[in-house]
Amino acid sequence: MIRAATLAFWSHWRRHPVQLLTLVLGIALATGLWSAVQAINAEARASYARAAAQLGADKFDRLSRSDGKPMSVAEYLTLRRAGWQVAAVLQGTLRVDGASVTLTGIDLVAAPDLPAIAEASADSRIAPLDALTAPGLLFANADLARALGDRPDLPPVIETALVPPRRILTDIGTAEAVLNSTGQISYLLVLPDQPMGRPPLTEIAPDLTQEAARGTQDITRLTDSFHLNLTAFGLLSFVVGLFIVHGTVGLSFEQRRPLIRTLRALGLPMRLLMRLILTELLLLALLGGVIGLALGYLVAAALLPDVAATLRGLYGAPAEGSVSLRPIWLVSGLGMAVAGTLLASAQTLWRLSRLPILAAPGKHRWSARPRAMRNQLLIGLAIVATGIVTFAVADGLIAGFALMAGCLLGAALALPPALAGLLVLGKQMARGPLAEWIVADMRTQLPGLSLALMALLLALAANIGVGTMVASFRLTFDGWLDQRLTSTYYVTARDDAQGTELANWLAPRSDAVLPIRSAEITTGTYPLFVYGIVDHDSYRRHWPLIAADADVWDRVMTGQAALINEQMARRDGLWPGSTVSLAPGWEMVVAGVYSDYGNPTGQAIVALDRLLAHFPDVPNTRFGVHLPADRAEQQAEALRAAFDLPPGAVIMQQGLKAQSRAIFEKTFLVTGALNVLTLGVAGFAILTSLLTLWSQRLPQLAPVWALGLTRSGLAWLELLRAVTLAAMTALLAVPLGLVLAWLLLSVINVAAFGWQLPMYLFPFDWVKLFALALLTAAIAAALPMLRLRRLPPAQLLKVFANEN
Amino acid sequence: MVAIGDPGLDSAACHAMFASGSNRKKRRTMLLTVDHVSKTYPGGRPVLRDASISLAQGESLSLTGESGSGKSTLLHLVAALDGFDAGEITFDGTSYATLDDSGRAALRRDRVALVFQQFNLIPSLTVAQNLAFHARLAGRHDPAWTTEITGRLGLSGVLGHYPEQLSGGQQQRVAIGRAMSVRPKLLLADEPTGNLDEVAASAVLDLMLELVRLSGTALLLVTHSQSIASRLDRQAHLSGGRVA
Ligand SMILES: Nc1ncnc2c1ncn2[C@@H]1O[C@H](COP(=O)(O)OP(=O)(O)OP(=O)(O)O)[C@@H](O)[C@H]1O
Ligand SMILES: [Mg+2]
Repeated sequence: MIRAATLAFWSHWRRHPVQLLTLVLGIALATGLWSAVQAINAEARASYARAAAQLGADKFDRLSRSDGKPMSVAEYLTLRRAGWQVAAVLQGTLRVDGASVTLTGIDLVAAPDLPAIAEASADSRIAPLDALTAPGLLFANADLARALGDRPDLPPVIETALVPPRRILTDIGTAEAVLNSTGQISYLLVLPDQPMGRPPLTEIAPDLTQEAARGTQDITRLTDSFHLNLTAFGLLSFVVGLFIVHGTVGLSFEQRRPLIRTLRALGLPMRLLMRLILTELLLLALLGGVIGLALGYLVAAALLPDVAATLRGLYGAPAEGSVSLRPIWLVSGLGMAVAGTLLASAQTLWRLSRLPILAAPGKHRWSARPRAMRNQLLIGLAIVATGIVTFAVADGLIAGFALMAGCLLGAALALPPALAGLLVLGKQMARGPLAEWIVADMRTQLPGLSLALMALLLALAANIGVGTMVASFRLTFDGWLDQRLTSTYYVTARDDAQGTELANWLAPRSDAVLPIRSAEITTGTYPLFVYGIVDHDSYRRHWPLIAADADVWDRVMTGQAALINEQMARRDGLWPGSTVSLAPGWEMVVAGVYSDYGNPTGQAIVALDRLLAHFPDVPNTRFGVHLPADRAEQQAEALRAAFDLPPGAVIMQQGLKAQSRAIFEKTFLVTGALNVLTLGVAGFAILTSLLTLWSQRLPQLAPVWALGLTRSGLAWLELLRAVTLAAMTALLAVPLGLVLAWLLLSVINVAAFGWQLPMYLFPFDWVKLFALALLTAAIAAALPMLRLRRLPPAQLLKVFANEN
Repeated sequence: MVAIGDPGLDSAACHAMFASGSNRKKRRTMLLTVDHVSKTYPGGRPVLRDASISLAQGESLSLTGESGSGKSTLLHLVAALDGFDAGEITFDGTSYATLDDSGRAALRRDRVALVFQQFNLIPSLTVAQNLAFHARLAGRHDPAWTTEITGRLGLSGVLGHYPEQLSGGQQQRVAIGRAMSVRPKLLLADEPTGNLDEVAASAVLDLMLELVRLSGTALLLVTHSQSIASRLDRQAHLSGGRVA
């Protein structure tokens, strides 16, 4: 009995191979895109971290001498003996092809698993320890490695993408030899996992100061927001894929209803039947999931040229350098596939379980079904309303996501009724019998295509939403960099004395030397940095104020008011006119609020003399130097030489910007590719819907054909209809996408990260996307169209024959 | 009786009445000639072999034959719905051999009308839209004439309905109304009452014959029923791929 039932049940797929393919591919695409996004996310994270953290060395706190002089080996050994987990670093400059590059030598015995070295060694199939044995190895990126390769005086160079441009990484021993400076240590890295109860620094090495890890946190916070959004994108792609699954599973059971009724009538218990169905779905989900994992892997690999390294990071690092899949990733991918399939099938299964044995086969009704449509519209609106209410009642990230989910789901549900409404309008505008028929027939197609169109709507909305978000982000961040980094270069002195010397040296040689002095104040729950500045046109002209009183700069510079950053303003509800307490007994009026992306802490800006009045001892070591760009590089070299400054002491504004921007380019690339892919999935959904609707289309088309249209004419009309429906969907997707973008930028970002990004509109991108949506629909409709053109008349005539 | 406004149809009707009484077939201009036509479906045995029929303007001809004898096939060929392998069909001065796909479509649109056994109607259009569809497509919509037909067929009360909301007999009446509203020279009907019970069938048939006579349309009717066949001007029988 079970065997016979199983066979009967499965024979459905043998008769409908396209349906089977659709279902499996739907699951595969959903899983694939989701896992591709995961892999890409990991890759993006890794590359941000790389760019931001400069080989990971900046991830760690540093110990260096307070007077800025090099350390001795003895001090290093003292610390290590006392239990401090530290690694010595020797840093210096090397001239390569007329330009200076930074050479960093790290004590690899103390820090053997420095990510850059470990990864690069694995890539090049060498043991990390090879880097320790004479003559040692240098690690550099491809460009630099080529330039270094010609130098017989240097050890062999390993090419790796893991080291940023113009940097060389090596063991400290090798660095000593290359830089010819034995026994000197620039600073110590404080490794993670320090033992408990080690003696404090003041006891064993009073000359050393610990400096907190720099810079990484900013960029990490910045990129976290991207990962969140990419993940949202991945989830949306997943949902789009599930729409396909939902549609196909529904259809397959619709078609098997007579069979199921027969089996039930023959005495097959419902429980057994359900188990049969679940087994079937489970097997298909696993099959689709496996294909999807492979697909995701390929997509990720194709999207990112250097994804091999990432995948290793994601799936574990194998010794041989080949990619091995970590079981947890496989399991979670397959889990998504199975869960998704069951979710997408739930409605169908539920309906099936309540199917009376002798229910009449469902007859497709072609006349307008205003009631069902109206109900669907109401449900859609109710879901949107639920999202809005949740958002109004609760707040924070969850509320933001609830609103987003409500809007997307509700809008998707409301799409078919909305399209039906548009078609009613179209019907009134249609002139001539063909036009009337085309519109009426589109209305007929709507129920069958609505899932695919919903998928298209979500894909387009996600494209517009995430695209707007990323582009706004880039534009804002770009502009913000320009505003914030107005100095031509930045220089950091060892101490106040050198600071004064530097300022004196620079004064006659540049347009302006602006001191950057700050005090860290930890009175509240989070640290607050108060900066003192001197008046300069560049601040007045460029500083990224998002809210300000009229005479803001005059009031700040005369010491009457302060500026605070956006995070602080939002967190504490302080806006122009409020009073902020900067330190005990120091209150100031807020005259303006400025954007400060990536900074997790509060920040305030006051006139320098006000800062010095409260904190006379703030160090005077950092300066922003203004001068014409063409003289910058030259002067920086001269400055380094004159004061023997370490490599990190002078930072060119151009380089800093370029580095930050490179991060966004990559994200753009990835988002663009994902856009195309999601759209492709939606296109696939349209194609499969059209194919499954095929058998229902012939009774619609045959009478019109018989009345005097050619098959190719009908075929073109089919294409026209699909493209028109896609166009209408795309039009509705624009407002939805903008709502999504707004949610991402103004709600979710604020909730998650404390700053709001202004939203920029890119109408040209919408036009492109619109065209792309039409193209997608046209491509999807092309196959059924060709099939119709080539259909033998005998096939069409069968519609009118006695037996149907 | 309502007077028929179209002078062309009037003369056609007169011509048909005049011709049907005469035996001098050779001198009549034939509206339709099917001349030694053969047809084989791909992968099947020959369905038609040297089949020939002819039909004068306003004349009605029944086509009977066993199931599978090729009646529908012949009708489809005459309707320019499908191509044939050998022989020649000429209708209203047009030779089918020269027609391509769009030529055949134009011929269906402009000069013949069809009623099949089922699924004649366009499901997504209302009865009113279906009734006018063919005539509007052919650019010959005459609202007064369509209203007249609608009244005669008893469809005035269901104009806003969709085909699926109608009974089988009503659907066939809409199909006949649509066909006649285009004032075709030739009406092709393939067992138009085959799916109906006897009472409905004879009512529908009466209406059809009445409308055909009224407008002087020639009729080629495929049927199983000898009694229906006997009500037409001439009878033809198809067997072994030939017309007897
Ligand atoms: N579209 C088609 N493709 C292939 N073979 C066909 C097609 N239509 C008809 N045939 C075959 O051609 C032969 C004649 O069919 P046709 O429908 O013309 O017969 P018929 O006389 O109309 O039969 P009935 O009285 O049952 O309607 C049959 O053997 C049939 O199987
Ligand atoms: Mg037949």
